[in-house]
Amino acid sequence: MERLHFATVGSVDDGKSTLIGRLLYDSKSIFEDQLEHIEAVSKRRGDDYVDLSLLTDGLRAEREQGITIDVAYRYFATPKRSFIIADCPGHIQYTRNMITGASNADLAIVLVDARTGVVEQTRRHSLLVSLLGVPHLVICVNKMDLVDYDSAIFNKIREEFETFASRLDLRDVTFLPISALAGDNVVSRSANMPWFEGSTLLHHLENIYTASDDNRIDTRFPVQYVIRPQRADTPDYRGFAGRVAGGMLRVGDDIMVLPSGLTSTITGIDSPDGPVEQAEPGQAVTILLADDLSITRGDMLCRPNNRPRTSQELEAMLCWMDDAAPLQLDKIYTVKHTTKLARGKVSNVLYRLDISNLHRESDIKELKFNEIGRVTLHTTSPLFFDDYHQNRTTGSFILVDESSGQTVAAGMLLSPRS
Amino acid sequence: MKSALRSLIDESVTIIREVAAEFERPAMLFSGGKDSVVMLHLAARAFSPARVPFPMLHIDTGHNFAEVIEFRDRAVRDLDVQLIIGSVQASIDAGRIQDATGPRASRNPLQTVTLLDSIKEHKFDAVFGGARRDEERARAKERVYSHRDAFGQWDPKTQRPELWGIYNGRHKPGEHFRIFPISNWTELDIWRFVADYNIDLPSIYYAHRRQVFRRDNMWMAVSPFLKPEVGESVSEELVRFRTVGDATCTAAIESSATTIEQVIAETSVARITERGATRADDRISEAGMEDRKRTGYF
Ligand SMILES: Nc1nc2c(ncn2[C@@H]2O[C@H](COP(=O)(O)OP(=O)(O)O)[C@@H](O)[C@H]2O)c(=O)[nH]1
Ligand SMILES: [Mg+2]
Repeated sequence: MERLHFATVGSVDDGKSTLIGRLLYDSKSIFEDQLEHIEAVSKRRGDDYVDLSLLTDGLRAEREQGITIDVAYRYFATPKRSFIIADCPGHIQYTRNMITGASNADLAIVLVDARTGVVEQTRRHSLLVSLLGVPHLVICVNKMDLVDYDSAIFNKIREEFETFASRLDLRDVTFLPISALAGDNVVSRSANMPWFEGSTLLHHLENIYTASDDNRIDTRFPVQYVIRPQRADTPDYRGFAGRVAGGMLRVGDDIMVLPSGLTSTITGIDSPDGPVEQAEPGQAVTILLADDLSITRGDMLCRPNNRPRTSQELEAMLCWMDDAAPLQLDKIYTVKHTTKLARGKVSNVLYRLDISNLHRESDIKELKFNEIGRVTLHTTSPLFFDDYHQNRTTGSFILVDESSGQTVAAGMLLSPRS
Repeated sequence: MKSALRSLIDESVTIIREVAAEFERPAMLFSGGKDSVVMLHLAARAFSPARVPFPMLHIDTGHNFAEVIEFRDRAVRDLDVQLIIGSVQASIDAGRIQDATGPRASRNPLQTVTLLDSIKEHKFDAVFGGARRDEERARAKERVYSHRDAFGQWDPKTQRPELWGIYNGRHKPGEHFRIFPISNWTELDIWRFVADYNIDLPSIYYAHRRQVFRRDNMWMAVSPFLKPEVGESVSEELVRFRTVGDATCTAAIESSATTIEQVIAETSVARITERGATRADDRISEAGMEDRKRTGYF
């Protein structure tokens, strides 16, 4: 089965790193030397038990402060499936690292401390997960051992979350009562919570169906690189390399090139394994065409009767990630969108989202570090894009500050409000 | 349905092409070790039928396993790529660094200076490395596009956000990026690729008889660069290498695996990590790798 990429999010100390440690430990994915190492560190620090969060908190500063600063990636496999885990930081000042970890995830696990319930960071992270279009969500009500494994507490938190989440765009949400520290309902079923009839977290992760999450309808192929061998044995080869961003490409298909609007037919598809008949979303391939068209990086191939939107005036949800300076209206930034590079400026902040209650605040002139708003973006050349909800690749972009070189914002393109 | 290995290949190929498209002078670190061999094969597939559009760079400590150097030269010939060698010995001769001395001397840490000098000399602005996030806890934290300042330093506190598959390689003159296209591969993925694509590796990755001695609970190979100390007795054992680096700090493991399939079987049940089992350099301190990376190491 395909690899599942999941991220753990939620407030500081709700147990993200411990949960990952528990998953790795109980699925026997921790190596002896790693365990010896964290046992030794825990002992030296005088901890009562082995601190499993040391498995992912790998930076010196993280160990010194006992917090997660940046995403850690861990890998494990069971006989059923292999997994990439992104352990995300919970602190608000590291939100951009959390977004880094969650942007590609198939699934997000939101941890909630059973003693405190849904807090501001739970809401912020759930909102971000929803904006980022992560298709599956698991709410783990953690530390059930500290509330006597009480079903009433679990149900109350569940209701609390559902009330808040009804205003978010979340498609698939599952609730689990767990103890990351003691292991209840993580890999094995909890004897302490007979009232809970759902499956364990690992069982859920192993069986969740993700193949339908890709957009297989709308054919989109951003041209990344032109391959021209200039070798005696392949004098006429001119291939357009890239990664399929949506839909299927088949030999014999008619295609259209944007921005030129010229059309041609696919005569061949080369993959890393050699020629193939078709390519699906995510595949890195090289497309050969019947006609000798002028095509460069940043162009896009699509079907003549199913084109992306093309515009220089766009609407987007923007997460501002620069701690050095706020978003300035009318300042020029570099826009990176698929394989295309443009320049652009934000002319207007339509509203800013208040994270805690999802209220839309209008009359806003800037977005500060970690703020999210809906904006109008003007670009120097047209982008070929889809609504982010239709396509996470053609619907996303970043802004780069032209003097510092920093990635200052993440954007999700949306259809203009009617 | 796509296999897990299939999507890893697609991701790596995409990253390699992206760098070739966006940077002016990329280079790929190539040591002849299995990770760099897989990375080179991915590059060859990324640009086929064209040649790989950038050179390979080997930072050579001079303390090598002969089989690996022989393999390195054969591989670059077979895949028709250019090889540039940055020599630690040359850096020593030029007075840039002092050779390590003493009974446990290793040139491993010296490589950083030669690496940064080579990057400067050839004006490389992107250097591909074959590091995997599953290898080590500091590597687990690093971005695919990892920024290096004018001193070659990595600052883990100011890593750029890296969202979706959009990479930001913007840098000032004199700065560069380290690029890790196989970040998400595990040791087992590497071996599955070697099996599926029938990739040739240096012979020392498979079980063979070798003169070794015990040091720090590891089997160190006797070589012109590494001799046992008093009290360390040499014996001949059936061993193989899980990683290949500088001969003075890379240990062998006991193994009878002579085929790819046997290595995969052995790797699937390994109870010790690759670096934990074989790298003396990682045992220096709790944050050994992070500290070395901060000053410009691979
Ligand atoms: N009693 C109890 N403590 C837990 C549980 N999960 C985590 N903790 C503790 O909560 C603290 C924070 O955990 P950590 O994993 O670092 O949280 P993170 O900040 O979300 O990564 C640590 O002291 C953990 O031992 C649990 O299920 N039960
Ligand atoms: Mg943590």
